[in-house]
Amino acid sequence: MKHLRQLEDQSVYILREAYKNFDNLGMLWSMGKDSTVLLWLARKAFFGQVPFPLLHVDTSYKIPAMIEYRDRIAREWRLDLVVGQNKEALAAGMNHTLGRVACCTALKTNGLKQLIEQKGYTGIILGVRADEEGTRAKERYFSPRDKHGDWDFRDQPPELWDQFKTTFPPGTHIRIHPLLDWTEINIWEYIKYENIPFMDLYLDKGDGTRYRSLGCAPCTTPIKSTAKTVDEIIAELRQTTVAERAGRAQDEGRGMELLRKDGYM
Amino acid sequence: MDNQTQKPSENLNIVIVGHVDHGKSTLLGRLYADTGSLPDGKLEKVQAICRQQGKEFEYAFLFDAFLEEQEQGITIDTARTFFGWKGRQYIIIDAPGHKEFLKNMISGAARAEAALLLIDALEGVKEQSKKHGYLLSLLGVRQFAVVVNKMDLVGYRQDVFDGIEKEYREFLGQFKAVPERIIPVSAKLGDNIANRSTAMPWYTGPTVLDTLSLFKKEAARSEQPLRFPVQDVYKFDARRIIAGRITAGKLKVGDHLVFSPSNKRANVRSVEAFNIDPPPTEGYAGQSIGITLDEQIFVERGEIATHQKHLPSVSTAFRANLFWLGKRPLERGRKYQLRVANKEVDCEVATIHRIIDTMDLAQQQGSMTVNKNQVAELTLRTKTPVAFDLSASFEATGRFVLVDENDIAGGGIVTELIHDDQEFLREEARRRDFAWVKGEVGVEDRARQYGHRAAIVLFTGGRHTGKSLLARQLEGRLVADGRHAYLLDGENLRRGLDADLTDEERGQTDEMARRYGEVARLLIDTGLIVVSTTNPFGVHYKEAVQAIRTLVHPAPVIAVHMSKTSEEPPPNTDIVLSGPTDLDHATKQIMDELKSRGVLAEAIGAKPTFQYSI
Repeated sequence: MKHLRQLEDQSVYILREAYKNFDNLGMLWSMGKDSTVLLWLARKAFFGQVPFPLLHVDTSYKIPAMIEYRDRIAREWRLDLVVGQNKEALAAGMNHTLGRVACCTALKTNGLKQLIEQKGYTGIILGVRADEEGTRAKERYFSPRDKHGDWDFRDQPPELWDQFKTTFPPGTHIRIHPLLDWTEINIWEYIKYENIPFMDLYLDKGDGTRYRSLGCAPCTTPIKSTAKTVDEIIAELRQTTVAERAGRAQDEGRGMELLRKDGYM
Repeated sequence: MDNQTQKPSENLNIVIVGHVDHGKSTLLGRLYADTGSLPDGKLEKVQAICRQQGKEFEYAFLFDAFLEEQEQGITIDTARTFFGWKGRQYIIIDAPGHKEFLKNMISGAARAEAALLLIDALEGVKEQSKKHGYLLSLLGVRQFAVVVNKMDLVGYRQDVFDGIEKEYREFLGQFKAVPERIIPVSAKLGDNIANRSTAMPWYTGPTVLDTLSLFKKEAARSEQPLRFPVQDVYKFDARRIIAGRITAGKLKVGDHLVFSPSNKRANVRSVEAFNIDPPPTEGYAGQSIGITLDEQIFVERGEIATHQKHLPSVSTAFRANLFWLGKRPLERGRKYQLRVANKEVDCEVATIHRIIDTMDLAQQQGSMTVNKNQVAELTLRTKTPVAFDLSASFEATGRFVLVDENDIAGGGIVTELIHDDQEFLREEARRRDFAWVKGEVGVEDRARQYGHRAAIVLFTGGRHTGKSLLARQLEGRLVADGRHAYLLDGENLRRGLDADLTDEERGQTDEMARRYGEVARLLIDTGLIVVSTTNPFGVHYKEAVQAIRTLVHPAPVIAVHMSKTSEEPPPNTDIVLSGPTDLDHATKQIMDELKSRGVLAEAIGAKPTFQYSI
């Protein structure tokens, strides 16, 4: 499992650079497998501590089991959990039937932007991976966002060796991506290797389906799978040629490029 | 596919570089398609978009994710793609070839362990073919293969291939770069990518896919002497953990470490880790680790821990090869932030020796600026001493970036140590510190008892500017507050310690400053706040200040410059007092500086506590 340790060393280095250079730092946690591995890596980096708040942008449409899991882990690991929500949009009745990009923009992108503005975060750590979809493949480890939270992918800063962009003009913030080099298989291998607690929605519990990627209930569909253990998930992923986010509706067409340009995760 | 079911045992980062339109993205797309590595429907999805937009499908579109990239048919930014083959997981970075996006190419190449460099058989060796080849070498990517693409457009002719090979090998030879292989291919038609071409029977070497397996995982640098840059110091609980990534060599519990440039030393007490049972007792190159020490010494981010036998260089100047990516040109004399490993320090460009034209490696001398995308040889001078290595010996501690305002604007490698005028004193201080005999009472014990740390307040300036008066008042104020302070007057050394010197020798600043500095160092070791003036050095105070700083390093120096008119103070002066000075106000200013620097403890309850560590 040498390759997992190599990935871990790089992610831990990035997390420590983030902690050293940003006074007001937060880590997004969606309770999915990736951001939970990220959270675990933070405990690795800081020797059991998580010295910054965990942020959850709650769309109110999450699968209820996810919220139970969130609160249990937060208690057991003594996490500083901050929950943000775009209440105005929800009060105005925003939901996925009004358009998936519109819904994601309002409840996730804008929910996150509101949280960043309220709390004044200058650094946000996220668990996005390069192999998830095309625009994420082009991300930097330290990726600046302008005053509106937008991503200027045409003019990304150089990233040389282990030197990252850690200074930025006031009013802007930096997105930090320690998991860029990890693949979906790596995530599961690491969960097994480190014995990290994860949600059993990822496993088949007898009906021949499981979730491969977790999001809001209306826009995430389970896949056909009989994988009942992490080993079986890994074996399945080694054989599959179906994209991980095939069950995620917002990825259709150019959805993701438009979303991410405007500051989506 | 069979290959993907094998468990990967290691990761390898590969970058694809070359001139714009020479077929980098096409090669990548083809490699995936011909090995069955694309997810289901990806090919069909991109083909459908092409039909919709009424244009011919190209393999390049598979990874050029941005709409703009597809519309313009160029790659704007690097993409990381993942590819499993024969027990290895490759992260393949597709770098843009357009010169406007050179900084993106460099970002991609800087994280690669091996490279594929593409040259168009029809167009031949172009500007960026050369620039990318040269930059790979500068960035430290030593293993690479040259891929001559679009062989179909030249009728698969061997003489065309041979001509390109000859020309390019000659270019690479000028900076001693040697490609692993030179491979003729047609990425568009799939010749020699994953499958052997039948159109070029004259070529018997490996395909591109075979070549990937030939690249070696960078040999672990664990066999080198230790380099452990301090990234941060944590105190979340009772443990004081020094965290960082070992860039070379290895360390283990019990090792005696020296931190440069502070010369502080201690033994490794433990290697700390989360969720590893039993806890590790060693650390190796590449690992992000944490250690505790057997002594509470204060070390800070940017220092480099090594074993005593193989210390890094320490200086305020070095010569380097640099590439510049900044929006505005690099200028001689301007201030930049230098970052070497985890050290951040202000620096300026002392000399631009020459600009290197990467087309023909011609050298242009006498330039005052380095423009965007140019490569230059220059000398950098830092504000305070930095620990580093020559890039030829240690990769990670031998390279640096320059930050202009908020942006990383250039990078380079250290080619030569430049000896500065403090070198002899620095060496004296190093030898003296290594041999220093310590009692049972540590620095921290003294600080807790006295309610302050040791430091030196150094007054500089010409004659009759009020230095002695202010120094006396400050000493009185500190002692009245219960601090342990002492006025070290140079006159008292002249009659005693310096009594063996002839009048001529006493006129030489060097030796006088050395003796003064060593006495100050002794007093600092007793835990005192030393208050001193440069009176004995007269007009030569600037040289004397440098020497004293070098000898008392790493104790905090609070430098106060006094003058009758406004004049340039010595470098690193903390407080400037010009014109008539209100002594009470000036004393308060110095006291505030001592507090903000963490020298004076805050009285909280019965125990003094220190707000900052030094």
